[in-house]
Amino acid sequence: MSSDTKSSSPTETVLKTENASVYYGNFRALQGISLDIPKQQITALIGPSGCGKSTLLRCYNRLNDLVKGFRVEGKISYHGQDLYAPEIDPVELRRRIGMVFQKPNPFPKSIYDNIAFGPRLVGYKGDMDDLVERSLKQSALWDEVKDKLKQNGAALSGGQQQRLCIARAIAVQPDVILMDEPCSALDPISTLRIEDLLQELKQHYTIIIVTHNMQQASRVSDMTAFFNVEMTEKGGRVGHLVEYSETQRIFQSPTEKSTQEYVSGRFG
Amino acid sequence: MSSPRTLFAIGMTGLTFLAAAIALLILVAILSYVVINGGSRVSLDLFTQLPPVAVIKTGGGFGNALIGTLMTVMIAVLLSVPFGILAAIYLSEFGRETLFSSIVDFLTNVLSGVPSIVVGVFAYGVIVTKTGFSLKLGFSAIAGGVALAVLMLPIVVRTAAEALESVPNDVRQAAIGLGATQFQTVFRIVLPAAIPSITTGVMLAVARAAGETAPLILTTLFGYSWINSLIAPPTPTLSVLVFNFATGPSRNQQQLAWAASLILVALVLITSLLSRLAIRRKV
Amino acid sequence: MSAATGNPSSAISQRSATSKTLDTGFILLTRIFAAGVGILLLWIAIIVGIQAIPAIQTFGLGFITSSTWNPVKDIYGAWPHVYGTLVSASIALLLALPVGVGVALFLSEDFLPARIQNILVFVLELLAAIPSVVYGFWGIVVLIPTMRYVGGLLNRTLGWLPLFALPPGQTEVTGPGMHVAGVVLAIMILPIIAAISRDALISVAPELRQAALGLGATRWETILKIMLPAASSGIVGGTMLALGRALGETMAVTMVIGNAKAASTSVLLPASTIASLLANEFAEADGLQLSSLMYTALILFGLTLLVNVLAEVIVRRFRQI
Repeated sequence: MSSDTKSSSPTETVLKTENASVYYGNFRALQGISLDIPKQQITALIGPSGCGKSTLLRCYNRLNDLVKGFRVEGKISYHGQDLYAPEIDPVELRRRIGMVFQKPNPFPKSIYDNIAFGPRLVGYKGDMDDLVERSLKQSALWDEVKDKLKQNGAALSGGQQQRLCIARAIAVQPDVILMDEPCSALDPISTLRIEDLLQELKQHYTIIIVTHNMQQASRVSDMTAFFNVEMTEKGGRVGHLVEYSETQRIFQSPTEKSTQEYVSGRFG
Repeated sequence: MSSPRTLFAIGMTGLTFLAAAIALLILVAILSYVVINGGSRVSLDLFTQLPPVAVIKTGGGFGNALIGTLMTVMIAVLLSVPFGILAAIYLSEFGRETLFSSIVDFLTNVLSGVPSIVVGVFAYGVIVTKTGFSLKLGFSAIAGGVALAVLMLPIVVRTAAEALESVPNDVRQAAIGLGATQFQTVFRIVLPAAIPSITTGVMLAVARAAGETAPLILTTLFGYSWINSLIAPPTPTLSVLVFNFATGPSRNQQQLAWAASLILVALVLITSLLSRLAIRRKV
Repeated sequence: MSAATGNPSSAISQRSATSKTLDTGFILLTRIFAAGVGILLLWIAIIVGIQAIPAIQTFGLGFITSSTWNPVKDIYGAWPHVYGTLVSASIALLLALPVGVGVALFLSEDFLPARIQNILVFVLELLAAIPSVVYGFWGIVVLIPTMRYVGGLLNRTLGWLPLFALPPGQTEVTGPGMHVAGVVLAIMILPIIAAISRDALISVAPELRQAALGLGATRWETILKIMLPAASSGIVGGTMLALGRALGETMAVTMVIGNAKAASTSVLLPASTIASLLANEFAEADGLQLSSLMYTALILFGLTLLVNVLAEVIVRRFRQI
């Protein structure tokens, strides 16, 4: 599935990571990451816990800025603009690069207000009802909730909540959607629905997904980056990128031994 | 038959039950006096009539004191709630685990331990007195409101900070991830989610403030006529009425003091019950 | 599907300056109000202090130990009131501490099902919330007559102690007095001691209790030798907070203490506290008398501040463990 949906034209790089290292205070979480995220494809970040894949994901929309002592070295650029340049406003950036979290986190508001929250922030002038409907249709939730838009988002099932969160993210019409293990709290059927949805969404958005589930990565993604943890001399643990390639390559003929071991389920 | 060890245990357990019984008994004794003595005087007149002077043997009410209590408490709410919520937003949203916020937290607790009479002296010094760094307004509803606001402030700060902290972090991240600013995150997501708990806390603070007397006898005085100004006497209140009439010899006035006590106690009883129900529903 | 396509423009737009200023301004504003709580505390000290200056200049530190309070001659000393404040608060602690710890044990041990314990928690909550002036009124009507009888009993049995003596010629306890104030205060601080002691007892590690029971100790041996010592810092902290409250409590005390101008050793006689002095004389005072009242308020403020800061430090320490 992943190979035939790949576009044949030379792909444009949306997010470029060049030799980036991430620190929390004195602790180094990631070291020397270089990685190009292609436009309108799904890139999966996989690896054992503590390998820093979520940390990297949160660098792309600067959500780590809220963590005390966080600092990034090297360069991460978005369409050629340095993400961490002083003139970049993280608030504006996050409106271009949306995020879906591990645990569904709808606001304690109505379904409608959940979707309308983002557009209202930027003073959206168009037809809000229409935008809500389109976003819910895009996230394949419309048919289930069209009669209860005034109901609290928290009253939905877990899978529906997560699709609501996806609808909320796309309502601001972002360029990139970051997904941090979006299915880890869901049952298998809800997971499949969201995986199908991802294939729809990638026609319009660049998607980066962090996942623990290798099967999921092989099912949904075009590109896969495998991260691993290594011990430093001082006994600390630091994450690094082992291998990055087309998903098919990573799962069928990886170059690195540790990738081979990980994708065949021998550790992690 | 029993060993000294078991006798000792029975004795100690008995003492523990006695302690619990004492607490219960005191509450029952106070509530029954207030309800029986105050309840016998409840009528519409209480809310529409003016207080009788000591020589009048029957009738009268405390309409003016009820309004005075409402006014002073309202002023206190208007001052302390915005102040307290803004401070709480700092403690819970921006200053978590900083030295500055733990100092503020500490001082909030110390402020709540300042005797209410000293707070009254303070309000007298900044609002009432005609000398020094004072607004020089004289005895007034404003002065009483300021004193009550100082007493409410630590309760508002503490309950609001707790309510804000109990809003899950997930929701904050979601808002920030959508490109909300800190201001938007707080005012559109976190604060609305915390409003029910904050309201409960403010209600408890209001009930406490309505019963406060000591700072008011230094700042508002009492009066037998209707209130006609926020910045001039008289500003009678229910709590000061209880003090004045309870210590006087007039039987009629004492009955009114019981009725006013009943209203004040009912206020704390109802708000305590409501806050319990609110907490239970949340869990 | 009429799909909303991802916005192809890749440039990150600039947020308006107003929006950025609003954000930083807002954070600053909340910070200012947070600091305001501390500033308010300081402001209270300054305002009370400034107004006390004339009296401080006139009477100096001797004010605290001088016993004259004479508005006619304009000579003031705070001793009877300082003494009354300390003694009434001590009586209250003496009475409330055992009952409070007893209630705390009742609420932390499993003598009765949780539902009944919850009722008692609510009882304590209400006792803490009843207005001081209502306690005072109830004290006048119920407590003074009761304590006249109890006081008489104390005088007949222990009258040889100066503490329970009556002046020559007086055979009966008249009514209001230090002992009534002590009892009212004890009732009012009971909920504080009980609630904080209960928290302290509950937070003792269950392993400690199990270890003691496992060694064959009975429930009460465990309580007395393990639980209470382990919870002692919390209990002491709660007692200190209660002391702070008792020192500054005004209305209930004013209504039952009798407001005497002189200090007497016997607790069965009328007395006065700083708070009751302020409540009685403040509204009609001016000049040096008002400044002297401010001086007493400053003493009370300092005293309660000291007690509360100590209490807060102790309670914080046990909460951290």
